Amino acid sequence: MSWFLRGILGGIRTTRYPAKPENAPGTNPGLPAGVDPADAAQRLLADTCPTNAIVDIAEAVEIRAERCIHCMRCAPRAAASPLPWRYDTQWAVNAPKRIGDASLGKTFRKSVHVRVVDAGDCGACLSEILHLNDPLYNMHRLGIFITPTPRQADVLLVVGPVTEQMRVPLREAYDAMPEPKRVLAVGACAASGGIFGPSFTAAAGASDVVPVDVVVPGCPPPPLVILEALLALAGHRSR
Amino acid sequence: MRSRTIDSAALVETCMALSGDGWRLATIAVTDAELPELRYVFCGPRSAGWQQLVLRPAGATDAANRRVPSLAPSNVAADWLEREIEDLFAIDFVGHPLLGDFVLHDNRWAEGVGPMRPGARIREARVERAWQPRRVLREEGAFVMPVGPVYAGEAESALFLLETVGEDVVRTVPRLFYKYRGVEKLAQGRSVQDALLLVERANGTSAFAHAWTYCMAAEEILGVRAPARAERLRAVFAELERVRRHVAAIRAIVDSTALWVGAARLLELEERLLRACGAAGGHRYLFGLATVGGLQRDVDDSTLLAVANDASDVGKHVVATVEQLAHTSSFLDRIQRVGILTQAQAEQFGAVGPFARASGAVFDLRCEQPYGAYATFQPVVPSADEGDGYARLRVLAQEIRSSLALIAELTREIPTGPVRTAWSARSGEALGWAEAPGGASVQLLRLDDEARCIDLRFTPPSFRNWQNFRWVTEDFAFQDFPIILATCGLCVAENDR
Repeated sequence: MSWFLRGILGGIRTTRYPAKPENAPGTNPGLPAGVDPADAAQRLLADTCPTNAIVDIAEAVEIRAERCIHCMRCAPRAAASPLPWRYDTQWAVNAPKRIGDASLGKTFRKSVHVRVVDAGDCGACLSEILHLNDPLYNMHRLGIFITPTPRQADVLLVVGPVTEQMRVPLREAYDAMPEPKRVLAVGACAASGGIFGPSFTAAAGASDVVPVDVVVPGCPPPPLVILEALLALAGHRSR
Repeated sequence: MRSRTIDSAALVETCMALSGDGWRLATIAVTDAELPELRYVFCGPRSAGWQQLVLRPAGATDAANRRVPSLAPSNVAADWLEREIEDLFAIDFVGHPLLGDFVLHDNRWAEGVGPMRPGARIREARVERAWQPRRVLREEGAFVMPVGPVYAGEAESALFLLETVGEDVVRTVPRLFYKYRGVEKLAQGRSVQDALLLVERANGTSAFAHAWTYCMAAEEILGVRAPARAERLRAVFAELERVRRHVAAIRAIVDSTALWVGAARLLELEERLLRACGAAGGHRYLFGLATVGGLQRDVDDSTLLAVANDASDVGKHVVATVEQLAHTSSFLDRIQRVGILTQAQAEQFGAVGPFARASGAVFDLRCEQPYGAYATFQPVVPSADEGDGYARLRVLAQEIRSSLALIAELTREIPTGPVRTAWSARSGEALGWAEAPGGASVQLLRLDDEARCIDLRFTPPSFRNWQNFRWVTEDFAFQDFPIILATCGLCVAENDR
């Protein structure tokens, strides 16, 4: 049987997302969320968190999602974790320094080109980005394309904490992009340095080197979470 | 692990004698107090186990202490290990043919920093200089074509210097470590559980195998054993990860030849495995599952069986797709007889994993030095002789089949009981090893009295295999480069760690 026929006979298997939520098991590892300042057990979790994503400040605990590296120590399935987790896809937030709407506006709604730069990624984030091309997710149907050259890119997608030796290549890729441009920091490493940065060889995330507009937490963020952030940048939602 | 102390004068001779008796150099570790101590770790033939040679370079002054005779001229498998140590520990290997600009690139770091040394002045060592690739080829019209570090769609960052006289590439020099994150350095001083997180995230696509390797070493030091159920589940997840990585590797090969339908099909199958891992292990890449003393979470038997069935169904589709590839002449034309690695090269240069097995160099730690559940459950280890792109594809496909058969066996009559053993802090040092999806992964770990990591030496399979990359990229046509790269299935993140 020819490849073409085999492909056609497989039928459409693409998710209905974003029109309908995607609830297949294993598509979303979740993210710690929700804080109850009165809960003493939650405050104790702050001690076990290896990257200070759960911080105990004075009388309350706070979640810094961009620091979470999915060590799963406070996951609901770990022994009696008192911390609630979220399983939606709207994890992305505007970067702290971002002022105003990060979206590129309506012009880009049906065509936004993304240049991915690996600045020290472990392979997991890149793999999740690759899966956006998967027939199950298929970002092309939403007008999002990966481009090999920064000169045609509207969005610079950075993964990894930005290692010492990737600083210059990352900066050069950013400088080569035409205006208007946006920078998306995907994953705990690019968002905050994660477990690697800041260190003697890694920066504290992409914002140390290029101006970041939107931050996507997660280690790694699952494909739909990244897709959601790209949709927001492409002007499908205002942010 | 047996250990014996030798001196500099006897080093080269002793190592040559060991190689002659079938011992393989697995890694060279440096435990660096005031006087550096080098440990040459060898893996023996089957029942012989492991042994290390401990070398304390003699000499009075600091400069003299940091000179060691190089093994590279007599054992090329040591070549890259020594280059790495020279950069990270500022130890000079006398007689090594090429040192410098390896882990730490000359255009960003001053010479002789040795960031792994305690008290190294790292921040002062930053420089910004221009860097030009060395050009060896001196023919008329020869030039160097750089590819990277940022290139192609979602490729990992690495620079490839293609030396060419026009149409054909004569040789390729990879320049790696753009993504050096210093896992081994960052692990120093962290608690045994926190250092595990670093090892796990060194390479997300074979995180579980590396985490297991680390746990094996830590458990040996702490004098505990993971419960029988945890040992069994670890093997199940390790095999699931292997299947997933191999599907991804085959997908990359198909993708590189622009056979989009096949690539899309395999991408979808890989996603099904990711979802299966996510549903059973709580994380799509199995982060946070392995822990020192067992597993962080239990998985009930029915979920595990469902995952095994799902994986076996995915496996059937992968096999069918590979079967169709075998009948697609336009695809075969592009991967047959390209990127050939001979058995002699693979053995001499210490290649590991499916990459080496496709060249007839059969070595699998699950069989050679069985660990965990592999002591009773042995996999069938496939191999091929041609050593070309197609041989590597076939070996990957056969390994998927063999791993799925093993998963079916492992999920039969799973022992009941806890999945985690409590432990108390203890100091010591131990070696951990595992057959990661890419090949043999070796870690040498030292802990102090409070179970904090003193130092960690982590030699991943990709590091060993990248050393062989220059052999598979000699005399080929430009357009074959992405294909050769894909058929090797080498991981940059794992190498750079």
